[in-house]
Amino acid sequence: MINTRKRVMLTAMSALALIGSGAQAQSDTLKIGVILPMTGQQASTGRQIDAAIKLWVAQNGNRAGGKKVEVIIKDDGSLPDATRRLAQELVVNDKVVALAGFGITPSAMAAAPIATQSKTPLVVMAAATSSITEASPYVVRTSFTLPQVSVGLAEWASANKIKKVVSLVADYGPGYDAEKFFAERILFNGGQVIEKLRTPLRAPDFAPVLQKVRDANPDALFVFLPSGQGAAFMKQFGERGLDKAGIRLIATGDVTDDDQLNDMGDVAIGVVSSHHYSAAHPSPANKKFVEAFQAANKFRPNFMAVGGYDGMRLLYKGLDATKGAGGDALVAAMKGQLFESPRGQVLIDAQTRDIIQDVYIRKVEKKDGQLWNIEFDTIKSVKDPGKNR
Amino acid sequence: MLTLLFDGIAYGMLLFVLSLGLAVTMGLMNFVNLAHGAFAMAGGYVLVVLMRGYGWPFLACLPAAFAVTALLGAVLERTLYRRMYSKPHLDQVLFSIGLTFMAVAAVDYVMGSSQVNVQTPEWLRGRFEFGSGALSLGMGAYRLFIIAVCVALTLGLQTLLNRTRFGSRLRAAVDDPRVAAGLGIPVNRVFLLTFAAGSGLAGLGGALGVDILGLDPGFPFKFMVYFLIVCAVGGTSSITGPLVAALLLGIADVFGKYYLPKLGAFIVYMLMIAILLWRPQGLFTRSGGGR
Repeated sequence: MINTRKRVMLTAMSALALIGSGAQAQSDTLKIGVILPMTGQQASTGRQIDAAIKLWVAQNGNRAGGKKVEVIIKDDGSLPDATRRLAQELVVNDKVVALAGFGITPSAMAAAPIATQSKTPLVVMAAATSSITEASPYVVRTSFTLPQVSVGLAEWASANKIKKVVSLVADYGPGYDAEKFFAERILFNGGQVIEKLRTPLRAPDFAPVLQKVRDANPDALFVFLPSGQGAAFMKQFGERGLDKAGIRLIATGDVTDDDQLNDMGDVAIGVVSSHHYSAAHPSPANKKFVEAFQAANKFRPNFMAVGGYDGMRLLYKGLDATKGAGGDALVAAMKGQLFESPRGQVLIDAQTRDIIQDVYIRKVEKKDGQLWNIEFDTIKSVKDPGKNR
Repeated sequence: MLTLLFDGIAYGMLLFVLSLGLAVTMGLMNFVNLAHGAFAMAGGYVLVVLMRGYGWPFLACLPAAFAVTALLGAVLERTLYRRMYSKPHLDQVLFSIGLTFMAVAAVDYVMGSSQVNVQTPEWLRGRFEFGSGALSLGMGAYRLFIIAVCVALTLGLQTLLNRTRFGSRLRAAVDDPRVAAGLGIPVNRVFLLTFAAGSGLAGLGGALGVDILGLDPGFPFKFMVYFLIVCAVGGTSSITGPLVAALLLGIADVFGKYYLPKLGAFIVYMLMIAILLWRPQGLFTRSGGGR
């Protein structure tokens, strides 16, 4: 009888001890939950960011804020309902200190309410609609915004005798941003956008819209498409003979994505684009980054990789400052960080939690048998124009 | 205008080759094979692997895509499909859709999930332009090539089915397998060959379509609806039906996306609804229709 009671007590005690040690282990490890599209159409985004995160950890170790950091990567296939579910699981079950990743805008938007409710900082490494940072006070961004890069390109176009433009964007959040801010700036500079075309986000068919562009016969075609669709588009653009018909192609850097640029063939040569990062960016920091990245992977880093790499830096430095604390303290520690990224100097705006960075105007050129986005003009410290109103 | 018409015809022809195999198995063998798109995808990936991995010329890859998928079809027919012929249609649908899911996952695992591209040879990348204004006609060489291949295939198949001994055996075997077998027709072998040829055609269509439709592991699901619409609208008792249906859909799709981009891909479904309300058995059916 006594024996049994003793045994029960012992069991209870050892169970308590187990719980205790579990809690101990938890406070020793900081988990970062990264949600990326590793499958589906946007898989290249996930692959790039995943590689960049691994590179950051390999270079900087797995300790931040005096604790061990564990990165958990989850695949949402860029389906927003999956993103939401995964974010919930990461917050509730894994008790992550921060969420990160988010390949497309709908994913980031789906996870934002969870960040707000659980006071979990959320670092957007890819998605680029202006309004994401307004969806929750816990969102911090290390990628870019479409208004940021579109306005610069519109300026360049106006300065280079491009008056009549047709715009072609993917039919979702960042596409509307690009379309709107590009058109406004072109109009402001005395030009006009004669037609605004949209293609579906999934399974776009470019043949009919390109024929429409051709018949409208503008000076230039302005394009935004999400990372991964550029190669298919460039091919159709060439096949339809738009380049020969004298229609210039100008685009956000998503279209001449470094990840796919070499597959596009010579039709891409001469395309002018604006973006915050090119793998050919001539700075020592970028050279080091590209070399290390290519040594570890078989492909070139693109702007997604840089967003992931800088996102990790932001989280590490933030955790160092808070000594491993999350929540509001971590968001506060990430605000106002100023650092030298492979893309140039960047600042996390303390007011908007969005990124302030240089935007480059680039042209596709062939160098050593490979295609690169060569930067030839810089617009310094661009704040997201979407936030000024 | 004419350019759009041309693009629509090319797109329709491509849909036709892709759907033909399905029309054959569904109409002639009375088997609902939703895994048809998976065969098309297999053909596409055969082309990609051979061209990129082994440097085969484009023209050699097309027959290879046909042969490999036909072989694949034959093996699967022998091992899996044959058991399903006598089962009810619901079983067939569940079986073949399961097969499609497996194919998608397998390709995703082996080939990666991003879209793949191939560089078509130089002589297929050109473009011919005639006239100007509303009547101008611009023809991409590749689309012209597709049309030529598809016209040749259609004529060949029509002859094969209506003029040759194999064609009459097939039709006999479909109409009444037991009597046909009693007359000494090797029904099993006829079905095997037909199924293999249908799969091979899908593979060929998939290979031809890589450049226009794009190719990723989601391909079977993305285009399954189109294949089914072609078969539903065209009826499955002849080759002419699916041909006309595919052309109609291709042209409507291109024109819809050009003139009514807001409605976009929905035009195709409206057309299907309208045609099926008008002729529930499909455009072309044998008298009596339906089974």
